[in-house]
Formats: sequence, C-alpha cells, structure tokens
Amino acid sequence: MTVAQQAPSALNFDCETGNYHTFCPISCVSWLYQKIEDSFFLVIGTKTCGYFLQNAMGVMIFAEPRYAMAELEEGDISAQLKDYEELKRLCLQIKRDRNPSVIVWIGTCTTEIIKMDLEGLAPQLEAEIGIPIVTARANGLDYAFTQGEDTVLASMAHKCPTSAQVQGEDKEERNAIQKLLTFGRKADQEKVESEYVDHQPLVLFGSLPDPVVTNLTLELKKQGVKVSGWLPAKRYTELPVIDEGYYVAGVNPFLSRTATTLMRRRKCKLIGAPFPIGPDGTRAWIEKICSVLGIEPQGLEEREAQIWASLEDYIQLIRGKSVFFMGDNLLEVSLARFLIRCGMTCPEIGIPYMDKRYQAAELALLEKTCSDMGVPLPNIVEKPDNYNQIQRIKALQPDLVITGMAHANPLEAQGINTKWSVEFTFAQIHGFTNARDILELATRPLRRNSQLGELGWDKLIAKDVPAQV
Amino acid sequence: MKLAYWMYAGPAHIGTLRIASSFKNVHAIMHAPLGDDYFNVMRSMLEREQNFTPVTTSVVDRQVLSRGSQEKVVDNIVRKDGEETPDLIVLTPTCTSSILQEDLANFVDRAQMDAHCDVLLADVNHYRYNELQAGDRTLKQIVEFYIKKARKQGNLATEKTAKPSVNLIGFTTLGFHNQHDCTELKRLMADLGIEVNLILPEKATVDQLAKIPQAWFNLCPYREIGLMTAEYLQEEFAQPYVDITPMGVVETARCIRKMQQVLNQQGFDVNYEDFIQQQTRHVSQAAWFSRSIDCQNLTGKKAVVFGDNTHAAAMTKILAREMGIHVVLAGTYCKYDADWFRAEVSEYCDEVLISEDNGAIADAIARIEPAAIFGTQMERHVGKRLDIPCGVIAAPIHIQNFPLGYKPFLGYEGTNQIADLVYNSFTLGMEDHLLEIFGGHDTKEVITKGISSDSDLGWHSTAQAELNKVPGFVRGKVKRNTEKFARERGLSEITLEVMYAAKEAVGA
Repeated sequence: MTVAQQAPSALNFDCETGNYHTFCPISCVSWLYQKIEDSFFLVIGTKTCGYFLQNAMGVMIFAEPRYAMAELEEGDISAQLKDYEELKRLCLQIKRDRNPSVIVWIGTCTTEIIKMDLEGLAPQLEAEIGIPIVTARANGLDYAFTQGEDTVLASMAHKCPTSAQVQGEDKEERNAIQKLLTFGRKADQEKVESEYVDHQPLVLFGSLPDPVVTNLTLELKKQGVKVSGWLPAKRYTELPVIDEGYYVAGVNPFLSRTATTLMRRRKCKLIGAPFPIGPDGTRAWIEKICSVLGIEPQGLEEREAQIWASLEDYIQLIRGKSVFFMGDNLLEVSLARFLIRCGMTCPEIGIPYMDKRYQAAELALLEKTCSDMGVPLPNIVEKPDNYNQIQRIKALQPDLVITGMAHANPLEAQGINTKWSVEFTFAQIHGFTNARDILELATRPLRRNSQLGELGWDKLIAKDVPAQV
Repeated sequence: MKLAYWMYAGPAHIGTLRIASSFKNVHAIMHAPLGDDYFNVMRSMLEREQNFTPVTTSVVDRQVLSRGSQEKVVDNIVRKDGEETPDLIVLTPTCTSSILQEDLANFVDRAQMDAHCDVLLADVNHYRYNELQAGDRTLKQIVEFYIKKARKQGNLATEKTAKPSVNLIGFTTLGFHNQHDCTELKRLMADLGIEVNLILPEKATVDQLAKIPQAWFNLCPYREIGLMTAEYLQEEFAQPYVDITPMGVVETARCIRKMQQVLNQQGFDVNYEDFIQQQTRHVSQAAWFSRSIDCQNLTGKKAVVFGDNTHAAAMTKILAREMGIHVVLAGTYCKYDADWFRAEVSEYCDEVLISEDNGAIADAIARIEPAAIFGTQMERHVGKRLDIPCGVIAAPIHIQNFPLGYKPFLGYEGTNQIADLVYNSFTLGMEDHLLEIFGGHDTKEVITKGISSDSDLGWHSTAQAELNKVPGFVRGKVKRNTEKFARERGLSEITLEVMYAAKEAVGA
C-alpha cells in the first residue's frame, strides 16, 4: 500500500467545528445522474431535501426523467407505514415508467434519524423487482457537499463484478454494444493493445465528464498505462471489473470512503497520489501511477513546462496576489496548491472535512510547493466557522476569496473579489489541458473588476459603503 | 411516501425564515444538519442581496446527535446575540431536526436567560404545513408576541392616526414580485391620501409592531401570507381588514371601493370613484388595450391558469372578464385553501384543478392544448415541451422574478404589466394572420453537410466521436481550430491526441 505515509507535520491543522455553510451531499445527484446514463436516483427524504435540489441546485426540472424524491410524510416518520412496502410501491412505479438499469437510493439525514434500514431493505427488494439497487447514505449529519459522490461510489464499488463473474455470465453480451459500435475493427484493436506496457490492471475512480475521462485516459496511454475501467462508467451495466490485487487511483480529493472500500472490501491496491488538478498535480499523478506500475514516464517534464508557458497570460494576473478558501467542496487543497504554484499566496484553506491519509500525497505536494515558491504555508481549517472567517477576511483583505454561494454576493458587496467554489465542482478542471479553465475561472472576478475599473465604474460606486455583516 | 418530481411550495422552515429575515435586525438560528441552510443561498443569489443573510445554522452532526443539541443551540443563540445585537432571535428546526422531538421551547427559555434580545421558537409543525402556511403563522406569532409585550410594558399605541392610515401586510423577502408590488401599493395609497402606517414584515423592526393598532385598517393583498395576522388584529383591536387582491382593473377597483367603505364606516368621508375612473381610463392602458383592434384575436382563445391562490384566481378573472379569453382550466397548488379558490374562480372557468402534482397539470395541459398557459416555472417547462407559450404568474420563485426593471403585478401599473405579459404570451395579431395565410415564414430547408466532407483532412473515428460530444454551438469553432492546427503542422489525420493538442495550443 502506498498511502500509509503520514501527513507532513509542518502544516498547521485547525478544527473550528463552527457553523459553516456548504451544499447538502445529496447534490451529487445533479452530476451523477448525468454521468451514469441508465441510472435512476431516488432521494429518500423530506420536503427540505427536495426543495434544495429544486431551488438551490436547480436540478429538478431537467433531471425529471431520471431523478425523483421519495417524500417522507407524517406516517413514514411515525413508523405507521411499512418502509419496505412503501419503497416497493415507488420502485415498481419507477420500473414501470422509466425502466432504469439501476436505482440508486440516496439516504438523507431523515432516514438516518428515523433509522430506516435502507441497506437491509435493498437486497430483498432488488430480488423482488429485478433491478439492482445501490444505497448511499449521502446525509448532512456525516458528510458535506461533494462527499455525497463518495458515498455513492463507495456503495457502487461493491457492485463491480469480478472477472470470474464476468466470464461466468456471458462476456460477449456484456460488450455487445461496444462491439456493434466498433464494427469488429479487430485489427485496429490489436494494434492498439501493443501500445501498452504489460502491467497489473488499473481502475480509476471519480465521476468526471466524458471528455475529461477520455483526456486522462489518453494521457496515461501516452505512458503505456492502460486504464481498465472507470468507477463510475457511463452506464451502470459497464461498471469496471475489479479483482483482488488491482491497482486503483482516485481523481478527486473527496473520495476517501471509496478508496477505503476498494482497499478493504475489494482488496485493491490504492495508488496515493496528488490529484490531477493543474499541470503540477497532473504530472505528479501520472508519475506516481507510472512509478507504481514500474514504468519510466516519458516527456512529462516538457509537457508540464509547455502547459505552464501557455498559462502565462493568466498567471500574470494573479502572481503575487492572495487567495482565501472559505471551504466548500473539498477540492480546496488541490486548488490552493495549484494557485500557489501559479505564484499566489494562501493564508487559509477552509475545508469541511480533511482526510489526512487519503490526501497525504496532496498535502505533501502542497508543502513542497510552498517551500519551492518561498511562501508561507496556509493554515488548514477543518469545519470552519464562517462568521470567524469573515472577520479574518476583513482583517486580511485577500485579493480573491473562493467561497460557497451564500457568501459570494455579500462579500463582493464589501469590495472583496469572490469566486463561487461550486463552479470548480462543475467545470472541467482535471488534467493538463483543463488547467487553463481553472485559471479562466479564478481570474474572472479580477478581470471583470479591472475591466469595470477601466471603464470608470469604480468612480460611480462609492467604495466604502458601510455594509453590515 | 410520495413520489415527487417537483414542489410548488417549499418546506415550512423556508416560510419561517422568509418572515424572520424580512424584518430588520432580526436573526434566525436554524437548528439543522449541514446542507439544510440553502435559504441563505436563495436569498443571496436570487435577490442578489448585498448583506449577509441574517440566518445562522447551528449545525447538527453525528456528534451533536449523540450528545444532545441543547448546549450547542443555546450557545449559538447567546453568541449571535453578542455578535449582532439583534432585537429578536427566531429559532427554527427543519423537517429533519423536528423529528428529534427535542424540547426546543426549553432551549429558548434557557437562551433567554443569557441573551439580551428576545428569543422565540417558531411554532410550526413541519410535516403538516408548507412554506406559505408556516410564513403566515410565523408572522402572526411575532406580531402577537410584540403586541402582548407592548401591552405589558404599557407602550401599545392604540390611538388611531389623525389621517386615514393602513398597514400593508404580507410583503416578504423571496416573494413573487413582492418588492415591486409593495412600491406600487405605496404609490396607490399616496394617491388615495391614505398614510402607510407600517409595512409588514418587509424592513419593519420589531419595535414598530407596537404601532400596528394606530392604523385605520389593514390591507392583505396576498391570500397566502398575512391573513392570519389581519384576523388576529381584527379580533384584538376590532381593526378591520381588506383582503381583496388589487390585481387587474376590476379587482383593483373593487379593492379601492372596499377601502373606501372601511374608511367611510370610521367616519371619514371620501369617494374614490373619480380616481378609479381616471386611473382605469388614462393611467392603466389595460382597459383600452383589450378593446383595441389588435386584441380582437384574443377572443375565445383557450388558456390554462395555474399557480398559488392569489395569482391564479386573479389571473383567471383578468383573462375571463377583462380580455375575453376562454379559461378552460384554473388550478391551484394551495390544497389547504381549496374551497376559497373554487368559490373565487368557478364562474370564470370550465374546470377547476386542485393539485400539488405537477404531472396532473401537465396531463391536463396536454389534453386541453390551450393557446397559452399562465402558470409557474414548471408549467413554462411543460409548455416548452408541448410548444405552447407560457407566461409565469406565480411562485416558486426564479431568478427571473427579480427583474431590475419595475414589474409589479398589483395596482394600475400591474394591470399594464399583466396586459403585456398576456399579449406577449400569445402568438397573435397580424403575425398570427400572416402565419396562417402563408403557412409560416421560415421556409428555408436546413442543409447540413457531413462534418468532414468539405475538408481534405481526415478525422479519425474517435476524434469524430469526441467532436460530436462538443456542444453544438461551439462545435464549428472547435472543428475549425483543430483543422487549422492540423494544417499548420502538416498532419493529414486528426486523432484524439491532435484534438487535445489543438485545444492546448489555442488555449480555449
């Protein structure tokens, strides 16, 4: 196992256990239903949960065919109704109306509090209705925002077949669609195979948009690394085969449970690497995978340098400036590391949850980056208190604050440049090619405000309007 | 358990928070797990609010759950009292934390011992009431609390103002066009010579609540929020209220006449008939508009109306009485107040639909195939799918309901806005005629060439597939840039690698 190294000690970690705001972990529905095309997501919760997805996330209207709420009513809460019968009724209706390949039950705070045994009910119901059911406890009592995806993927990891199972059923059938699409271009396929180094199978985990999946797969292919599969795949029926001893690597910092599940339950070997965000992170990620698979990476240094050179126009805008992360989506450490490499300073990284083991390599790279760039180490604040943070922001006056949506407009109104962290959750930020998109987002408030400044807008707006907190 | 795809009204705590954060210098503490606090996001993003939303979540996590939350909730109330010095802190659970069945009233009592401000527990059943009902209740609860407090302290202002005056009740943050409606009614009151004593709850302070009884009467323009308060005040002080929504020319006149009657009864001699005539004929263009030639084509057009009680009922009346449009179906999602709705609209439409199920309305629209829909964002979406235009007339709110320009739904300016909305929603007038006569003006066939047929470059199948994944509106640009990149480098085939290399090179 390569993850066991302890977190570097020079970094300072605080845990404020404060009152902080992030999105609810059930948000993951909004990107996972798009990613897994044959899925149906059933969120089992209250009106509060449903209204969140509808309003704050704006998902409901567009997701309608493949997402619904199982709204708990008074009878469900007081246990007058049988959970099994109720869920069966709903799932049968979903099967009749939509016939998905999988139904994902998203448990919420309410199912936790009333102790609804979703994991216990699922196998029985799955057998009865003939559709696989994945259960995930994406509740706000235990998790924040993006960790919802972690709960779903951890649960899905159990459902990945082994190669024995796949050979047992009909392998032909499993790949029937792919075969149709490639028209049996067998010769082509064999030629492609020879481009790979012979190594132990590697499965990547983390939900990324398809173009990014292709991109990262290609980057690894250039080094002769073959990606056997992604968790999740585009379709539930194409979940990757996972056998004992397979290597796995994550692409996102919030997937610690999935990593643990793959290691403990599926006996995979986790490659603990920094995350492929920014050219520095992407290079480190590829290098680590190569080194574990016994491959000498080729041309990565030049590739990274080339990307940095192409980013120069953006970097000029932020070099020497400071960025403050209030903490929202758990991408904070990776983004901070990249922005510090771009020449920024970062006094504070707020983060809802910090798994020092799973993020060990990323934290080490952060520390190294700070020392390379000669800037102080950021203070990492777990479960920050937003009120205290705002006082610190007022004192520090950072050039950019990356924050959740509830604070963005008020901070901007106080003359502080802000960027919504949510955008980094949804934008394509992974890999070499997309590094530019991160900077496009991060510099937008600075560019916009300097443009308004050039137009003379700052003379029209009184700068020190007293705004209350 | 109920399978739900869409919610017309939000959960109870949203209603409570809308009231609490509408007041000035009132803070709310939400006793809730992480993620339930999206009210702050809605307020900050939809209303583009510049101040931090005065709502703090006392986060319930696994640890709090096992240790009990009293200490944390009490600490947070006392802490906020120190940090913000509000006049009042309202504590509310959410659907989730309300099932913990904790003695929140006791928490409030405990906190009150240490806090300088008043502390109230919003008294709402989170599984029986929705956002609208909870808002109505919370407003009444706060008003009642401060009336009682003022009475005890002997500073209740019971003497009527010298000039006729009114309390406008029901304007809240995150309400459907509430800000503009409020401005319009203030203008209307000024025109009528009625002083606005208080506006509730928007931007009122709790100290002002002792002044409520000074007003000659209360006006509740919205059926959903404010009526409980008005009823309480009538009981308590015999303060009359007017609950006619001044929406549309006819109803605005009826509302004004009712106000006149209320004032006359209190011995103030006033006659608003001239004003009504003047406004209807000259200020509001709506009455003339519906008689103008252009609008003849509206006659008998079929429409479906759906929304909250206030807006759906008013819109049905406007369409039927003022525009001669045939309202086939009028519906509301305010199930709890269905009888009122039926009584209001029955004579103006063929069918009445009372339902919280968006599927039922969508089915009805598909069956009826109206020429236009007047509904919520959901019906607008349904209309898009069926290619039927839809004007949005009711909450759930959307960023579009916070326009920068002045767009009230109430009063005489409201009548103009609504007339525009109706007119723009239908395809009509000359346009409609010409479309019928000439069979449409878009006669150009769409000619699409194969993506690589006009190019000497070969696209590898994988790259071609990748190109097809690029959203249509930028696909052409990506294709051009990639081919340019390949030509410059003398490549004959575009593979996936070339595509990505090109993307990096142009930095797009």
